[in-house]
Amino acid sequence: MKQTVDTRGLSCPQPVLLAMQAMRGTGSGAIEVLVDNEASRENVARAAQSQGWSVAVTEMAGGECRLDLAK
Amino acid sequence: MSAGVKNVFATTVGIIVVGTVIGVVAGFLQKLGNPANMAICVACFGRDIAGAIGLHRAEVVQYLRPEIIGFVLGSFAAALIFKEFKPSGGSAPVIRFFLGMIAMIGALVFLGCPWRVILRLAGGDGNAIFGLLGLVSGVGIGTLFFKGGFSLGRSQVQSTSTGLMLPLMMLGLLALRLLFPPVPGEAQSGVLWYSIKGPGAAYAPLFISLGAGLGIGFLAQRSRFCTMGAIRDALLFRQFYLLYGFVALLVAAFATNIALGQFKPGFDGQPVAHTMWFWNFAGMLMAGLAFALAGGCPGRQLFMSGEGNSDAGVFVLGMLAGAGLAHNFGLASSPQGIGPHGMAAVIVGMAVLVFIGVTNRK
Repeated sequence: MKQTVDTRGLSCPQPVLLAMQAMRGTGSGAIEVLVDNEASRENVARAAQSQGWSVAVTEMAGGECRLDLAK
Repeated sequence: MSAGVKNVFATTVGIIVVGTVIGVVAGFLQKLGNPANMAICVACFGRDIAGAIGLHRAEVVQYLRPEIIGFVLGSFAAALIFKEFKPSGGSAPVIRFFLGMIAMIGALVFLGCPWRVILRLAGGDGNAIFGLLGLVSGVGIGTLFFKGGFSLGRSQVQSTSTGLMLPLMMLGLLALRLLFPPVPGEAQSGVLWYSIKGPGAAYAPLFISLGAGLGIGFLAQRSRFCTMGAIRDALLFRQFYLLYGFVALLVAAFATNIALGQFKPGFDGQPVAHTMWFWNFAGMLMAGLAFALAGGCPGRQLFMSGEGNSDAGVFVLGMLAGAGLAHNFGLASSPQGIGPHGMAAVIVGMAVLVFIGVTNRK
């Protein structure tokens, strides 16, 4: 089952910290990260790409985004 | 679907450009009248604003700094233009108020925020080395709390008016500055207090200061420039994006100071600085930990408050209150050394920060 990391409402550095913990925990596979602001979206995407994960972003209502990380 | 990063300023080149712009602008603001090695220090200028509105009566540090107003309004404009204005808040606001207070008190024991750590280094002030070490250590302790599960909880979406409060407050302050301009030789103009001598009496022309603040606020909102985050992300994730901006600010300010003849290396007699190395370290250690727990350096808190983040706004209000206390209670340092109660302030402040850090683990 795809792991979901919900970072909505959390401030820096928690979105990246939670996403990194999930990436390290699974090693590879697919992770879905929910963010609610542009800065978190950029930070999580940058961190995931630096760890060799691909990032696909789907915009949702209310300025929220879903980042699908895969490795 | 779209790419992960679509914002040109949120790239390595973008953040380096922003850090460079801030460094060069800082050098020129100093040339045009702002205090030496301070230029655009967020803590110092917040303290000056607290003095201007009478929250403290330290006569040498009272001026309603237009740069700070510009930071919030520039960020507000960028957030509106790029549809990132998002009223939010409710993540432990009263704790954030105290973090703002303690951060300001720590910064005033050192005599500067993280931006001024960089600007003092770039001006040749060796005492700032201890401030930098303290800042890195404080942020490092903060990362340990985060690794241990520290969280102030989630924020919620708030009303538009909640998000507008800080931008509106800055407009109000700007109105006061325009209604009651400084009068040469007078300590008061209308409701505002003005320094006649000292760093509070050193300022660039109003519209240059305001324009510089607006420009930096705009760029910093786009790039997420944050000096605390620079250190935190390098320590916590080995991510160096923000650190490029930090280093660019240092290099650009240094080069500008060299070019303008403002680089004066040494430890003694540095402008608005003291030589008590341990307290330079300890003050910034406390401030760094408070910034880390709150999730941003004082500049970043101003920029986020312009984006409608009322938790950041509460932190900013805490900084103003902290500046008032720091001078009223003799906690703030001066070029002669730490204040009469500076040591007690650091001990109590660190105890409060550890209490907050330990009791907010999820």
